Amino acid sequence: MSKDRMPLRNTRHKSLRSKSNRQRKKIWSVIKISIATCIAAFFAVLFLLPIVLTVSNSLMASSEISANYGSVFATSETGGKVYISEKVNLKFIPDMVSFSQYATVLLKSPDYLLKFWNSVILVGPIVVFQLLVASLASYGFARYRGRVREIIFFLYIILMLMPYQVTLVPNYLVSDWLNILDTRWAIWLPGIFSPFAVFLLTKCMRRIPASVIEAAQIDGAGEWQTYRKICMPLSRGAICSAAILVFIDYWNMVEQPIILLSDSEMHPLSVFLSKINSGEIGLAFAVATIYMVPSLLVFLYGEEYLVDGITYQGGIKG
Amino acid sequence: MSGRGNKAAKAKLTGIVQRHKKMRGSKPSRQLRKLKIGSGLYLAPSLLGVLIFFVIPFIVIIYYSMVDNPISGNFVFLDNFKNVAQNTAFQKAVYNTLTFSAVAVPLAVVLSLMLAIVLESKLPFRSQFRTFFLSPMMVPVASVVLIWQVLFHYNGAVNDLLVSFGGSKIDWMKSEYSHVVIVILFLWKNLGYNMILFMAALSSIPKDILEVAKLESATSLQTFFYIKIRYLSSTILFVTIMSLISSFKVFREIYLLTGDYPYDTLYMLQHFMNNTFRSLDYQKLSAAAILMSIFMVIIIGILFLVENRFGKDVEG
Repeated sequence: MSKDRMPLRNTRHKSLRSKSNRQRKKIWSVIKISIATCIAAFFAVLFLLPIVLTVSNSLMASSEISANYGSVFATSETGGKVYISEKVNLKFIPDMVSFSQYATVLLKSPDYLLKFWNSVILVGPIVVFQLLVASLASYGFARYRGRVREIIFFLYIILMLMPYQVTLVPNYLVSDWLNILDTRWAIWLPGIFSPFAVFLLTKCMRRIPASVIEAAQIDGAGEWQTYRKICMPLSRGAICSAAILVFIDYWNMVEQPIILLSDSEMHPLSVFLSKINSGEIGLAFAVATIYMVPSLLVFLYGEEYLVDGITYQGGIKG
Repeated sequence: MSGRGNKAAKAKLTGIVQRHKKMRGSKPSRQLRKLKIGSGLYLAPSLLGVLIFFVIPFIVIIYYSMVDNPISGNFVFLDNFKNVAQNTAFQKAVYNTLTFSAVAVPLAVVLSLMLAIVLESKLPFRSQFRTFFLSPMMVPVASVVLIWQVLFHYNGAVNDLLVSFGGSKIDWMKSEYSHVVIVILFLWKNLGYNMILFMAALSSIPKDILEVAKLESATSLQTFFYIKIRYLSSTILFVTIMSLISSFKVFREIYLLTGDYPYDTLYMLQHFMNNTFRSLDYQKLSAAAILMSIFMVIIIGILFLVENRFGKDVEG
């Protein structure tokens, strides 16, 4: 392939050759792009399938759900009640769009709403206060870089990368000492002081040019004003990115509640969804969809921030 | 005479210089101290929290891991570690977790690199594709677990597909194949994140080098292997480590899919920890946590070391 493109020195045939070459190149690139599009489309379908299926199934009436998936979720005791097909039919489009599942979830069974509310009340304060604490701390890290502070920052990075298997043990121990085990504080406090957002925001604040801060200080701004009026507005993008990443992480939480909250009444919906019993499987799809909605909204609103946040994180090295 | 005068002059001079140095040094140092303390105050809330909730208990855990029980406090040093390491449940959990990582992590790296390269070419609907690939990251696992159960049930859709292609049914969740299901769920969830990292790295490769390669009539495969891979090497490493770390978190998916008692090969480290929490065996818990944290620190250390070397390689 590359060999017949090589003899460029032969100028007499150059124009002819390059013309046919260009044509061939063009065809080749069209082929390449269409192959790439096919691959991308294939993956896109695979990636979207579970989400689309969940949403479309939430629009089926409960009889339709149990007719289609009954055998997946039926236990032997409940098996006799409704007609249950032997096979599982994967259905994309409901026979009849019905919002009856949503109506039941929202109006008749307060249990799910309660669990949803649990999720909100667990995640909300963590996102807000982690960002507050982190933005203060990252100002501290960015304003002055001494040896001690570099060591502390390195410690934060290590903590950030530790899996739950490791961090839950200290969290449990402290919660036990402070007598906040089985209360929401056991989830809130470690979440608020989790070093993840500190890392991200420090990365951002360190990029603020020193001259900007100096200029502010010459104009008579104190530390607080520099933080509040200069650094916070300049790192708004990173704050949004961090907020989104923290939100996803905690909206998805499973490990912390099952260990730190023994009372299942306080469990968030993410844990509760897996414990739904077979009789309410139609509802489960509706609840699952409702649970997806906040994070999908956040995603649609802040995709760019999310991408920036991930890219920032990629700069752990710098 | 002149020599002495010279000396005196020198002494005078050094005195001035020293005084000057002191003066010059003293003023900024006061300012510096002010800056140090002033900005240190901003650090305080976070640092206090981290100390209370992570560092201090961790130190206590180190102590717990070396005594026979917290009340009597007799030092037994490495006995707890030996007990944990010889515990068959722990061994199984480590084995399962590492097997999972060994399969899932390379796949996560290669596939996401592939996706990033595909999106790097001038596709129509590029940004839409990126959105699609990224969306699983945002969806709570709990929401899609139902679909996974439908797809991989014994009478489910995947088996139907297998049968129609002439295969035989597989009991996905209750056999060795359960690993496949979890790997697919893991990839579904994590590919988007890795892809974004790779896309950022790809777009930061200097364009002139790629131009030169094109002028030298390098094929796109050559460009990829001789240029792009070299520039991507640090990102590849970073993505590998991040995938490894998230592969340790796969317990979440397994728990939601199969509950407290999964199929034998899906018994992960977090399951072990959960069971140990239930019996509240502090010694075992702390020893296991410390073993894991040592393992993690080693991995992170490798990340930083290799990162330094490769980073210099490309820049230099």
